[in-house]
Amino acid sequence: MPAGTLYRGREGMWSWVAHRVTGVLIFFFLFVHVLDTALVRVSPEDYDRVVATYKTPIVAVLEYGLVAAILFHALNGLRIIAVDFWSKGPRFQKQMLWSVVGLWVVLMIGAIYPVLGHAARELFGS
Amino acid sequence: MSTTEKTADVSGIGPVEGADVYSVDHPAPLIEAPRKRTKKTPKSTRGNFEMAAWLFMRLSGVVLVVLVIGHLLIQLVLDGGVSKIGFAFVAGRWASPFWQVWDLLMLWLAMLHGANGLRTVINDYAERANTRLWLKGLLYTATVFTILLGTLVIFTFDPNIR
Repeated sequence: MPAGTLYRGREGMWSWVAHRVTGVLIFFFLFVHVLDTALVRVSPEDYDRVVATYKTPIVAVLEYGLVAAILFHALNGLRIIAVDFWSKGPRFQKQMLWSVVGLWVVLMIGAIYPVLGHAARELFGS
Repeated sequence: MSTTEKTADVSGIGPVEGADVYSVDHPAPLIEAPRKRTKKTPKSTRGNFEMAAWLFMRLSGVVLVVLVIGHLLIQLVLDGGVSKIGFAFVAGRWASPFWQVWDLLMLWLAMLHGANGLRTVINDYAERANTRLWLKGLLYTATVFTILLGTLVIFTFDPNIR
């Protein structure tokens, strides 16, 4: 292990890894999402049938995961911009990452009811 | 060798732009700074593509934060969340040019942002030149197809298809 590896294995590296993983996942969903939306040019019935799968409880959990990936990628992306363009950005990169994580946790708690509520009602009755 | 010759060609020290090789101020021969751009420097054939791509990621990223989080609020949070979505909901929103432009801009920026991100990932992890070539060929084909398909759908959407 080389000396002075403040970056490796620390906040800077893991936020970079998480940014890559979430970015690739979001991009693959985007392909699927453009294709499913393209069904509006086929027929209203075909579009509604495919969108119905988005309303099932299992896919609702996947949607919650998608929201988690997008929110992290968005907040950490703003942190990267601050690191690159703000003169004090590199010095505060760790504090900014923990702010991102904190805000992300708050938003994810807030997203539980809107994103998973209908699935819970379907599973456990209203 | 004549005494008036100021460039020391034989020793491999070439002339320096705007200055003599020797002078009373610098008795040692003056040499060019290693990476200085001079008239003789060949023009770079690569251009500034990587810098433009780097800048595009940041600029499109800021715009996408607004567009995508707004999109998530409308589709997954407000007014019953995902359960309200259907052909009628799409038709209602795309009746307005505002949402057409919103979705078109989001499609183009997100696809190009994601494609450039995946290009970077391929460059980082695919070690063989041939593997990189094929993966990027597949990536660019899928990206162009998806952008064109999405654009066509937004522009040709017909609420009275039935």
